[in-house]
Amino acid sequence: MTENAYTIALAGNPNVGKSTVFNGLTNLHQHTGNWPGKTVATARGAFTYRGERYTLVDLPGTYSLFADSAEEEIARDYICSGEADATLVVADATCLERNLNLTLQVMACTHPVVLCVNLLDEAERKGITVDLMALQDALGIPVIGAAVRSGQGLAAIQEALHQAVHHPLPPPPPQAACPDADSLSPEECQDALVGAILRRAKELCDAAVRVPEHANDRDRRLDRLFTSKATGIPVMLLLLGLVFWITIAGANVPSELLSRLLFSLQEPLRGLLARIGLPVIVQSAITDGIYRTVAWVVSVMLPPMAIFFPLFTLLEDAGYLPRVAFNLDHCFQCAGAHGRQSLTMCMGFGCNACGVMGCRIIDSPRERLIAILTNSFVPCNGRFPTLIALLTMFFAVGGGLASSLVSAALLLLAIVCAVAMTLLVSRLLSRTVLKGTPSSFALELPPYRMPQIGQVLVRSLLDRTLFVLGRAVTVAAPAGLIIWLMGNLRAGEGTLLNACAAFLNPLGTWMGLDGMILLAFLLGFPANEIVIPVLLMGYLSTGSLTDYAGLTELKAILLQNGWTLHTAVCAAIFTLFHFPCGTTCATIRRETGSLGWTALAVALPTAAGMLLCMLVHLLFTLLA
Amino acid sequence: MVSASTLDQLPVGCSATVKALSFAGSKRRRMLDLGFVPGSPVSALQASPWGDPVAYAVRGAVIALRRQDAKQISILAKGGSWT
Repeated sequence: MTENAYTIALAGNPNVGKSTVFNGLTNLHQHTGNWPGKTVATARGAFTYRGERYTLVDLPGTYSLFADSAEEEIARDYICSGEADATLVVADATCLERNLNLTLQVMACTHPVVLCVNLLDEAERKGITVDLMALQDALGIPVIGAAVRSGQGLAAIQEALHQAVHHPLPPPPPQAACPDADSLSPEECQDALVGAILRRAKELCDAAVRVPEHANDRDRRLDRLFTSKATGIPVMLLLLGLVFWITIAGANVPSELLSRLLFSLQEPLRGLLARIGLPVIVQSAITDGIYRTVAWVVSVMLPPMAIFFPLFTLLEDAGYLPRVAFNLDHCFQCAGAHGRQSLTMCMGFGCNACGVMGCRIIDSPRERLIAILTNSFVPCNGRFPTLIALLTMFFAVGGGLASSLVSAALLLLAIVCAVAMTLLVSRLLSRTVLKGTPSSFALELPPYRMPQIGQVLVRSLLDRTLFVLGRAVTVAAPAGLIIWLMGNLRAGEGTLLNACAAFLNPLGTWMGLDGMILLAFLLGFPANEIVIPVLLMGYLSTGSLTDYAGLTELKAILLQNGWTLHTAVCAAIFTLFHFPCGTTCATIRRETGSLGWTALAVALPTAAGMLLCMLVHLLFTLLA
Repeated sequence: MVSASTLDQLPVGCSATVKALSFAGSKRRRMLDLGFVPGSPVSALQASPWGDPVAYAVRGAVIALRRQDAKQISILAKGGSWT
């Protein structure tokens, strides 16, 4: 039984491991990202310590409490409201001076404050030493050293919070003040006050932190490699290509094993359903409809996701994504877009709905709309496996090194096209309906960090892969049932499925596709992951599948239904550019508050995809 | 000799001191928070592949600014090693 309950506010700069502290204390798995402003909404979690309950409120990562962006307002309002019994500020030991700025501001607003100097392991690696006792004495608040990623310091933080709410230290004397506030203009006073806080932060650091002269040499060397004129872009493409290649080369065999296993269970399942006395029609709906679609989703989607997600998370954890934003910013600037749009675009590679939500980090409404409207132009995790499957089937059948390299290169090409299209449409928007000049922006390039490989594997498997897979399966089961019903209900001459496909066929043919492919995309509206499985179900609804042996077999099914290289290229283009999925549409509606903008966000990529498909179709027809 | 200029003209590899900011309102506040305060030492670390933005070291962090924003920050060169 817990009697007392306390509320603790959790504040800190972006990229200091604040979310890791939050997860570590509360055991709530919340994904931590490395791009500034990831935690836009506040999350709450709780832990119990010495029989008392502590509610932890995770505030948005901010550099300051006094600026005007949405995140800072949330953080400031919460901290200044006095709702929390204590505030825990998390700081990065490798750039403590900048982090103390926020700490000093928080101390000016509220009491008691506990400072957690995190990432001490990373600091040690760089030869940076922090005298925690000296810092504690100078600040007059408890200072806890931690390396929370490896679990160090969590207990000390809990104890410090316990002490802070029960036996708080006396409020420390003011750390910085504006000299002669009366004789200065408001702007001069602002400069003086901010200057005073920063000077105090420097003083504190000079006294407590020893940074060897060459502490950041490694980061600068890496920056030269990752962002210089000569190597920045090639290395970026190479890294991305490598990730794709590992995914493609590695996914093939497990995908085949998985599908063999799952499909070998189909008939036993039917037998089981028969034994419990279900009618044949229900047996068939469950096995041929629901089970088969789910089995396909799992076997086609799981292996590439299980390889791609951890690799992507490794790059993210190492601090590489802000460098991508740095490399690409010039292009966004030319497109009249906000610099942070490159970050929201990167989030879009994970999930377009997250990317759209992430656009909150863009202050200017005009640039925010551009970022929202163009987010679906980059393929999300749900579409990657479809692209990978298409490319692998039609370009890497042999399974040899050369063919997997070819399909990785093609996937890379697809991504470059997607980014180019994002820029093109952004430019178009900023020249037409959303006119204006880009507003100012500053991008932090956080220190590189050695990713915790074990944790990354576990976390990206649990958080991302299973989450996305779960969503896909939830959607795939009813979709499988619908398609089975459509394939078995009669509509005039043939089945309802064929009638729908026949209806869409003229448009599909114009785009180099067919009616069934368009129908699969329409049925895949709730989740893009199920497009290929639904398509196969559609093709097979009339025939029957005897033996299934992986992607080679899938390709045979597609070939039987009239697919050529030409169809595969058009299908890949339409996978890249078509209407956003249901979740993304709902998010766009919520974020823009307007049906009109949502309609435009649907229309833009769909129109782009249809036009491109028609163009490619025309080219193929002319060349043939 | 001490020469004054704006941050966008600071060559990569060189250091200077922030003299003043010509931003106003929330933009000014943001720049101050990032450490671009009169008197802060600042050095240009690395240009992006297209030459703009440029990454600057200021107050122990690395911040990338676009040229149009760096233009709004005037600086004092240290020792006049460049003009």
